Amino acid sequence: MTRLRNIVVAIAAPVLAIVFALLVTSIVIQISGGSAMDFIEIIFSWPSDRLLVNITNQAVMIYLAALAAAVGFRMNLFNIGIEGQYRVAGYAAAVVAGAAILPGFLNVALAILAAIAVGAAWAGIAAVLRVTRGVSEVISTIMLNAIAVTLTGYLLHTYGIRKGDSRQTTAIPESSQVPGWNPFSEGSSEIWSLGLLAVIAGVAFWLVLNKTRFGFDLRATGQSETAAVASGVSTKKMTLIAMLISGGIAGLVWLPSLFGGAHYYGSTFQTGLGFTGIAVALLGRNRALPIAFAALLFAFLNAQSNRLTIEAGISVEVIQITQGVIVLAVVIAYELVRRYRVHAEERDAAEAQRPGSTSEEVPV
Amino acid sequence: MSTAVTTSAAAPPPPTASAGRSYRWLLIAVGFLAIVSSVRVISGANEIDSVGTLQAALIATCPILLAALGGIWAERAGIVNIGLEGQMILGTWGAAYFTYFYGPWVGLIGAGLLGLVGGILHAVATVTFGVDHIVSGVALNIIAAGAVAFLAEAYFRDLDGGGVRQLTGLPTPPKVEVPWLGDAAGELAAKHWFVVSDLAAVVAALTRNMSIMVYIVAALVALTWWVLWKTTFGLRLRSCGENPQAAETLGVNVYRFKYVAVIISGAFAGLGGYMLVLVSSSGFITGQTGGRGYIGLAAMIFGNWRPLGAAGASTMFGYTDAMQLRNAAAVHALLLLVAVLLFVFMLLRIRQGDRKNAVLFGAVGVGFLVWFLLSDEVPREFAGMTPYVATLLVLALGTQRLRMPAADGKPYRKGQAG
Repeated sequence: MTRLRNIVVAIAAPVLAIVFALLVTSIVIQISGGSAMDFIEIIFSWPSDRLLVNITNQAVMIYLAALAAAVGFRMNLFNIGIEGQYRVAGYAAAVVAGAAILPGFLNVALAILAAIAVGAAWAGIAAVLRVTRGVSEVISTIMLNAIAVTLTGYLLHTYGIRKGDSRQTTAIPESSQVPGWNPFSEGSSEIWSLGLLAVIAGVAFWLVLNKTRFGFDLRATGQSETAAVASGVSTKKMTLIAMLISGGIAGLVWLPSLFGGAHYYGSTFQTGLGFTGIAVALLGRNRALPIAFAALLFAFLNAQSNRLTIEAGISVEVIQITQGVIVLAVVIAYELVRRYRVHAEERDAAEAQRPGSTSEEVPV
Repeated sequence: MSTAVTTSAAAPPPPTASAGRSYRWLLIAVGFLAIVSSVRVISGANEIDSVGTLQAALIATCPILLAALGGIWAERAGIVNIGLEGQMILGTWGAAYFTYFYGPWVGLIGAGLLGLVGGILHAVATVTFGVDHIVSGVALNIIAAGAVAFLAEAYFRDLDGGGVRQLTGLPTPPKVEVPWLGDAAGELAAKHWFVVSDLAAVVAALTRNMSIMVYIVAALVALTWWVLWKTTFGLRLRSCGENPQAAETLGVNVYRFKYVAVIISGAFAGLGGYMLVLVSSSGFITGQTGGRGYIGLAAMIFGNWRPLGAAGASTMFGYTDAMQLRNAAAVHALLLLVAVLLFVFMLLRIRQGDRKNAVLFGAVGVGFLVWFLLSDEVPREFAGMTPYVATLLVLALGTQRLRMPAADGKPYRKGQAG
């Protein structure tokens, strides 16, 4: 019975949040002179084949970013710095792959390792500051995001190849490019093969967190630090490791695009995935499978919103209102459910003591 | 009742301490001026405190400082406000819209109101619904960025000087020009004398064609300090950030104080957006804040959750921000300044017998000195990095001395005291 209720709540809360967010967005559009009907119609229309491929690819990258955020969130660490971590890691991977030290797929493997290492190292700065000097990771990672932008800008400007007005890294040799797969008979867009990284990372995330001692310690630290310390967990060590894992996963974020389509770091680099990932992790309650659905939803909304300007004259950015409200509404919904449960438990306990008494009204 | 709160939440300084403290501040200010002046004379980089540089620095400081003050209001009441960035973004739109139609003063109110709306959203989520403060802030920033980009396109597209992402040609708030003093100080500053010219440059920067907003921001710093530390209202508000359960038992309506604090916080951040649109630049443009809300948050922490401290930290950010746009030689001279300041801190630590931190300060100081001696200029990109690296350095070196409100960021539910 309670299990059924839990499942219903787990599905109902996000669905209600989405409906509420679309409602808010529609009202904003209607008030400012646009057509809410057009908005709803475009958002709910079936995407073209090309867009479906695009949505899959975007969802994969968002999913990786969200996993990175979720590792931290599970132990109350706020890694706001995914944005910077995947940027420096993406740059490093592009440089390593472009240098082509090893042939073919070994080169790809080396670049992936480099990306993980650099992403982890960048997060590691924040982790070390937190563990040794007590600096809040929220502030340090925000600073590191800004530093990452200027640092990669500087490196690209100094060592990059000039191409028109901008600069870029050496392109990855053809033998090391990872071809994609087109599920449809027409069109040239492909689903990037390195998207498999997301599947691997997702499964590993679930296994480590739910089936290992380490995962248990990590969750315990997140839920009650004092209890974890009492049972012999070193919170400093956990903080350090969790942050490194988070940064390592963040390092993977841009790789599917790099090897599948971009082939070099430069104007092709896609920003903003880190912040989207944070929102998606929150929406998916930091669980591996729900995050996947949340990532698909955000990628879907992003893809559909691109048609708003052309077909209805509505600014693309409006979709951010929807996404932000979804996140806020869903956490509020979960909080209300939690309070309702606590209240219900108290009421049940009270009724068990005084049979026949009427329960009070439930304030929400 | 309020005396009980005083003893439990924050003991007031003994009455004699305040005179001694202001004397110490004066000493620090003079010492700092002397160091800056020495560095200027040694390196020959007169740009590091020219009138133009200082004015640019002051103008760059104000938006950050307003966000930092907003942060102080919220966090003193125990609510972490990462949403400052979003509230600032909302403020930029409010500033542009209301200034365009009703002039700069109504624009000021409009910017504050828009920021305030952001504050209400954050307050509803965090206080009423008990959502994690960081989560709510992150969501608010996403919503605000989207809403403002959308509203700009919807409302500014067809205006004079407007576009889908911008609105320029707005009337600006008046500027202050002190007729005789400003020119005299300006001439003195141009002579590059030791200390005297540096002091004159500060005076000239404040009195020659300076936006009145800089004075208003200074007044808001004083007002924030006075309200939060010298009034019963402020004491109660701070008690909500230190120990809300204790405040509750003393009859303080904690929810109401938290609401008021977060709403004021949002309004301050909104005013920061106003500064950006009308004083720091020549109009509204989408994405204008560029993370200044976050920087304001860092300035608040670095300023130890106090208005004057936040003002100092914001000035550092504003200064480096202004500096990177000016000239590279002057940025190079800053390396020497940083090294000297680090050595001063090292000496202070040695005097306090804190050997571990003294060594750390000394080592980093030597690093900067070597960098200064071995290089001729700092790459442009590195100059842009300065405020962020400085924040990390300062937090790493000085964080032990910082103390945030005891119940900051912790969830609070009414009726759970004891």
